[in-house]
Amino acid sequence: MNILSEAAVEKALDKKMNDVSYKMIGQDVSVYYGDKRALYDVNLNVRENTVTALIGPSGCGKSTFLRTLNRMNDTIDGCRVTGRIALDGDDIYDPSIDVVELRARVGMVFQKPNPFPKSIYENVAYGPRIHGLARTRAEMDAIVEKSLQRAGLWNEVKDRLQESGTGLSGGQQQRLCIARAVAVSPEVILMDEPCSALDPIATARVEELIHELRANFTIVIVTHSMQQAARVSQRTAMFHLGQLVEENDTDKIFTNPDDQRTQDYIMGRFG
Amino acid sequence: MSSTHIVSIYDEELKYLTRRISEMGGTAEQMVSDAVRALVTTDGALAQKVISEDVVLDNAERQINEKAVLTITKRQPVSADLREILGAVRIAAELERVGDLGKNTAKRVIAVQGSGMPRKLARGLEHLAELALMQLKEVLDVYATRSVEKAKAIRERDDEIDAIYTSLFRELLTYMMEDPRNITPCTHLLFCAKNIERIGDHATNIAETIYFMATGAQPEGERPKDDNTASLVAAEPSA
Repeated sequence: MNILSEAAVEKALDKKMNDVSYKMIGQDVSVYYGDKRALYDVNLNVRENTVTALIGPSGCGKSTFLRTLNRMNDTIDGCRVTGRIALDGDDIYDPSIDVVELRARVGMVFQKPNPFPKSIYENVAYGPRIHGLARTRAEMDAIVEKSLQRAGLWNEVKDRLQESGTGLSGGQQQRLCIARAVAVSPEVILMDEPCSALDPIATARVEELIHELRANFTIVIVTHSMQQAARVSQRTAMFHLGQLVEENDTDKIFTNPDDQRTQDYIMGRFG
Repeated sequence: MSSTHIVSIYDEELKYLTRRISEMGGTAEQMVSDAVRALVTTDGALAQKVISEDVVLDNAERQINEKAVLTITKRQPVSADLREILGAVRIAAELERVGDLGKNTAKRVIAVQGSGMPRKLARGLEHLAELALMQLKEVLDVYATRSVEKAKAIRERDDEIDAIYTSLFRELLTYMMEDPRNITPCTHLLFCAKNIERIGDHATNIAETIYFMATGAQPEGERPKDDNTASLVAAEPSA
């Protein structure tokens, strides 16, 4: 049996702490929709190559926080974000930031599958084309194939790439949207309840996919399914009434959370 | 528990487990107490009653397990709820074992009948049983109140039982050395003492489970042990 001295354990833990690298940093993030405040000074960092789940009851601010990470809130009238959000140390709300380029680095998958009314091929090729990622048709073909493979959809659609993306099943459409998101080689993928419109089999496929994507991407997922958060994430952040209640290892949050509100929420005891 | 579940039938399912555990606890206590009384008064009829009651605990444990499996399947419990259910399963198993030990003690009543157990020995066994039963009763109270402090205290008190068991062990050895005809009844009594001592261990296990249910952590440190019988030997007969 290998017994480490207390000092050695401490050192190993220290090293582990220092090894954590944060892909995105959120500092005192507050969001207002007009006069209404939706987020209160949230401090939450996103670890690299980690799946972070945001949980909490409806209206708690988890989707709002998710959307600040690639400035999706910019499109909402009267929405104001304060505080600092950084991607690899650079403030993403800095005026010099090109939002289109930011969203290529921080991609998004929505609740309802929303493929373009175009062919399966075009759905995936669209992003790489506008960002100039492929010079030749062969390069584009390669990107499309790789993206569809990463999304676990290639084998199902390789013989019908020219058919419309909207003709696929719901689960396939969602994986097409994930292929579309990974096609521009983002660094972070935001997922806003990606499985809430899917059946259990399609959900399991997407969860398997999230597990595989983690090796190459940093993932932040909003989900209403406690079980899903417990299954797919390594870190979990619990929101309530616009505040971050606690953030910790997923294993800890779902077995013995520190905060009573988290405990009540995950056990279905709110009230 | 702080508040109730949004789905109220979930609370009913958890309450069912708590209620059945308490019932099992009551039955187990009664069985052990009757078994020891049957032993010291050599009451064969009472011993028979204890033996026939064991099936009640066996059935209760099975029903608790079935309910726990169903509840886990339906509710996918997490955190304190999951510990509540796992705890019920574990405690049911401990109580079922306590019942078995009571039954085994009762079975030996027939074997020691007519051996004329010395009064002092009977007193020792009764005292051991009193302590074990008190421990069992207290731990069942702690199950009802979920007091972390009391759970810890019970766990740390098992050494008292161990000490008495060790002295009974010595005493029985002495009787056996005095007269080989004592060997049969004394061996049975030794098993009876061991049975009762084990009940204290089960109570301690239950206390640890309750601690885990309430805190999500295992109690720290070794539990105190004062059972030295593993290394006890009879003195060499003097030449």
